[in-house]
Amino acid sequence: MMVSKDVFAESVFLCCAISSAIIILAILGFMVALGIPLFQEIPLSDILNGPWAPHHGAYGIRAMIFGTFLIAFLATLICLPLSLGMSFVISSLGGRRSRRLLGAIVRFMTGIPTVIYGFVGIFLLVPLIREGFGGPGMGVLTASIVLAILISPTMILFFTDSLLAVNAAYVQAAKALGATRVQRLLYVMLPGALSGMASGFILALGRAVGDTLIALMLAGNAVRTPQGLLEPARTLTAHIALVKAADFDSMAFRSIFACGITLYLFTILATIMVRVMTRERIAIS
Amino acid sequence: MRKTSVRISIIFCLFCLLASPCYAGALTAFDRQSGTVKIAGGTAHIPVMKAAAKRIMAYNKEIVITVAGGGSGVGIKQVGEGLVDIGNSGRKAKPEEIEKYGIEMHKWAVDGVGVVVHPTNPVKSLTKDQLKRIYAGEIDNWSTVGGVNHDITLYTRDDSSGTRAVFWKKALGRGEITTSALFVPSNGAMKTTVANDPYAIGYVSVGHMDASIAPVALDGVAPTLDNVKSGKYSIARGLYSNTKGDPGGLTKLFIEYLLTPEGQQIAADHGFIPVK
Repeated sequence: MMVSKDVFAESVFLCCAISSAIIILAILGFMVALGIPLFQEIPLSDILNGPWAPHHGAYGIRAMIFGTFLIAFLATLICLPLSLGMSFVISSLGGRRSRRLLGAIVRFMTGIPTVIYGFVGIFLLVPLIREGFGGPGMGVLTASIVLAILISPTMILFFTDSLLAVNAAYVQAAKALGATRVQRLLYVMLPGALSGMASGFILALGRAVGDTLIALMLAGNAVRTPQGLLEPARTLTAHIALVKAADFDSMAFRSIFACGITLYLFTILATIMVRVMTRERIAIS
Repeated sequence: MRKTSVRISIIFCLFCLLASPCYAGALTAFDRQSGTVKIAGGTAHIPVMKAAAKRIMAYNKEIVITVAGGGSGVGIKQVGEGLVDIGNSGRKAKPEEIEKYGIEMHKWAVDGVGVVVHPTNPVKSLTKDQLKRIYAGEIDNWSTVGGVNHDITLYTRDDSSGTRAVFWKKALGRGEITTSALFVPSNGAMKTTVANDPYAIGYVSVGHMDASIAPVALDGVAPTLDNVKSGKYSIARGLYSNTKGDPGGLTKLFIEYLLTPEGQQIAADHGFIPVK
């Protein structure tokens, strides 16, 4: 009786796993299939490296690719020191109370809807950047700062979990040798947690690349490659959101599949990197 | 005390007498109806759609009407694909769209598209030529057109916007829009953005104008309701609610309601020009 139940459960879960795998592959196939008219009409190099001017028959997404990675990298760069400090305090340096409080705040942050961050950004940060640094206020820097806050819980939780996952015996041994709290953190916990923290970094980067609303609301969405951090830029995701209303048969609409494929390939790359790193970690432990 | 209550009840009775004929008249068409109407598309239409939907749903609780945005392109596409019952657009459907989907257009108001700036901006009048050069990126500082010495922040809408289509055709004469222009996704977003940026210039449906943004006269003609109505202000377009073929049931009733005196009054109250 038990065995048949097990077999039943196993086959149900196998079906779930297979179907989700098929869906993910089908999405890629679907994007390629629908993008085919574009790839036939316009050489790939023009799509990846040309300007966006639909009225002149140019559907290049270079500015969007550049905008996406500039905003995402800058956001993770801003986020990294914040998350490092926060995870150090939560995992070892803070007192019991502050650790619990900060942990609760970070967990709460994961639940705040993106649009709230965007809205706060429009009314608080945009005027501040415009008056303080110049430029239109909506641009790479504004979007990156808000995006950094948005992705910080991902990074902090990953960092904290990796730091706490370090074998307690090592930490105790260091303590017995007279290492201070900071020394234990920097010389014992941090080296042991590095690969896990690296995957947290990449996942946060992936989240920054994939986010749509912050860039749509705060980056200004101009179709030109940004020349500086205060200039407006458009991300691939915002581009899809803005162009999706075009005619189904138009090349402008087809071009969003090129954006989709680019994002998809980046996600795959990031996932592979995370996999490689976690495998290394397992090998070490 | 008693006097006041008597007075209130008299006023209430008068109000009922005044209100009942015009309200019940148009809404009786929805008696004994039930079901859902899904509306999406043009963002200029939304305030009127919501007001009309609210009245109908308050009159008959069996009816559910949902209103979404997306832009004119989305409206025509979604109604054509059968995803919604009514797809709004701030432009006429293109011949190929009509042919492909069998779109039927119902025009219920005329709407102007006006240039807007922040209320503190001293520039309240531009020539069409200046506007063209601003949007082409040739003029990039407010001081060139009589304002403060600061860069102009240029806002525009995406290609599928009906508001952009009419603005581009009639105000810019199909002129170039520079690639440094910032994009916002709806009429509402344009209003909020310009209201928060002292150096902004953008364009919105006249129905969306309020005190938070300042209209700019073009060649001396201000984008007011009266000027659009008289034809003096030429940057205007029809507001359409499109259906796939001849709509039946509730969808048809909803569009007929927009064209009743009451429906037309709602449009007028929101800053549009009734067609009847």
